Amino acid sequence: MGSTLFEKIWRDHQIREVADSEYLLHIDRNFLHEISGAVSLKAIDEAKRPVRNPNLTFATIDHLVDTEPGRGMTSKIPGGIDFMRELSARVGPHSIRFFDLNSPDQGIVHVIAAELGLVLPGTTFVCGDSHTCTVGGIGAFGWGIGSTDSEHVLVTQTLLQSRPRTMFVKFDGTLPSGVFAKDMILALIGRHSASGGSGCALEFGGPAVRQLTVEGRLTLCNMAVEFGARTGIVAPDDATYAYLFDRPFAPSGHNWDAAVAYWRSLPSDPDAVFDAQLAIDVSQLAPQVTWGTSPEHVIGVDGNVPNPAIIQETVSRRSAEQALAYSGLSPGQPIIGLPIQAAFIGSCTNARIEDLRLAARWLRGRQIARGVRAICTPGSNAIKRAAEAEGLHRIFLDAGFEWRESGCSFCMSGGAGGEAFAPGARVVTSTNRNFVGRQGPGVRSHLASPATVAASAVMGRITDVRAAGAH
Amino acid sequence: MLTPFTRFTGIAAPLLRNNIDTDQIIPGRELMKVQKEGFGKGLFAGLRYQVGGAENPDFVLNQEPFRKAQVLIAGENFGCGSSRETAAWALRDFGFRCLIAPSFGAIFTSNCFRTGLLPISLEPQVVQAIAAELDDHGHLIAVDLQAGVLEVASTFAFQIPPLQREMLLRGLDAVDFTLTFETDIGDFQARDRVARPWVYLSAICSRLSRKII
Repeated sequence: MGSTLFEKIWRDHQIREVADSEYLLHIDRNFLHEISGAVSLKAIDEAKRPVRNPNLTFATIDHLVDTEPGRGMTSKIPGGIDFMRELSARVGPHSIRFFDLNSPDQGIVHVIAAELGLVLPGTTFVCGDSHTCTVGGIGAFGWGIGSTDSEHVLVTQTLLQSRPRTMFVKFDGTLPSGVFAKDMILALIGRHSASGGSGCALEFGGPAVRQLTVEGRLTLCNMAVEFGARTGIVAPDDATYAYLFDRPFAPSGHNWDAAVAYWRSLPSDPDAVFDAQLAIDVSQLAPQVTWGTSPEHVIGVDGNVPNPAIIQETVSRRSAEQALAYSGLSPGQPIIGLPIQAAFIGSCTNARIEDLRLAARWLRGRQIARGVRAICTPGSNAIKRAAEAEGLHRIFLDAGFEWRESGCSFCMSGGAGGEAFAPGARVVTSTNRNFVGRQGPGVRSHLASPATVAASAVMGRITDVRAAGAH
Repeated sequence: MLTPFTRFTGIAAPLLRNNIDTDQIIPGRELMKVQKEGFGKGLFAGLRYQVGGAENPDFVLNQEPFRKAQVLIAGENFGCGSSRETAAWALRDFGFRCLIAPSFGAIFTSNCFRTGLLPISLEPQVVQAIAAELDDHGHLIAVDLQAGVLEVASTFAFQIPPLQREMLLRGLDAVDFTLTFETDIGDFQARDRVARPWVYLSAICSRLSRKII
């Protein structure tokens, strides 16, 4: 019997079994940011423990830093600056590579991990952030950890792990126009619930995944955690190698050839067996929009808000009723045409250059609707520079968008007492979490693709991009 | 070193909703302290307090006898979302020692074990049965990790991965445990440097003239 991609990565990182079904795994890359990094570095410093492999450890500032144009080392989040200062002071003595705010490479951890070539196929990659699974788009096993496990990696370059169940998710068909990777993953979560992949190592495959660009695959894998999964991985292929070639931390010369030969051995064998399989045909998929307070509360933009009364099981019904009450929506109401007060393009889900180009197709020569506050936060300094070199920033600014510096921005600050949308505001957002209060107290977040966000910002209401017309 | 997990009998509070994410367990605004304790007051802040800071009388932890709850009975996917370990610390700081739900967020589960909290996942109908029995028996439950059972009126068996169980029972620190395998780690890296040399970066990276976007 052959092996799955995940089993091969696991096999090549298993140091030993330390107890029944519990393994010590080698960690190839450990990325710190100012929240969990500050806490874990402080803890190991106080315990007088050294960092075992500083060359495999990286740090940046993204979560709490302000994103207004020309920002410096400041945070409007109360207490935020303490984390930024703490991380900045503690990385140096350990010789940890630090992409600080002055670095041209600073950005959201998962975004810069890919664009710098820090993440490579077949590697294990951890960070104190749940969306670390994003890097699965490169063919790596990435997952989020807490700060105590982050200390563990700093000191030992390993983690204690039980082996997750494997699940293959096959996306069949070809994506229709106006439908993207974001819609694929939202549809999957909507169909099988936010715990549908609970604890699993997912592999995403099938023709629709092969057709995605590497950036689209990063978006797909980003939300594996919203499906309850430990990780989500796309097998590397020629598109992956073309993407990685010549990136700063990618191998070069004869190391490149050796690496590619190894990477080509990673995809799941034809006779590999998964513990579970799901399939979803994307050919008829509509653009997806969430209506509630979990990514599983999602429907096609041409659909109606569901009626919780039809849910038999009590806890699920009450949970759906509470979500509906928070969202200020009624059962059976169409989601299309719902007036919005804000639009946000940013985050580790959808703030890469392709996302900005895509949004610009709906914004070029147009204005956002009156009364809508619209913000674009590029995912990294490099993306911001590239967008400005192409003139994309002019399109955003002329349309009425704020054009920001890179960071987690309104996906983090709203719930942390920093910058937030107005209480009760309805926001169409390219982010990954529509949780209660995530983008500000009482703020109702509707997750969607960057195209849907841009088209909706122009119309001032939730809009079907397929009918809106791109330039 | 954590406190070893011993058998106890305590009050169990029901919070039977699905997908209670770690943002709800502790909102971002409550976790802005570079420390690992003192987060009990921020636990469930958005649900527990009204605007202005007064207690929300409708929330279970503001009602007797649940102010002293040590066990939480929750819905599907409890602790999904953000990896913030403060969610586990806030539950511990409030006084919780054990959580029972049909399923938990994967990262949250690891964080609970590292914090000395016991997350027990059981079939949804078993969780409902426990909740129903608690209502009729003064909300008291006995948690026995050594024996792997919960006791209300009936007894409910549960399973925990062997290493996690052992570490909780003995109060073992994960780093101390792993450092006993230092030789294995060194041997692995020595072999791996030969097999996958590109993984082991040197201190210097020539980034000049290389592509980023």
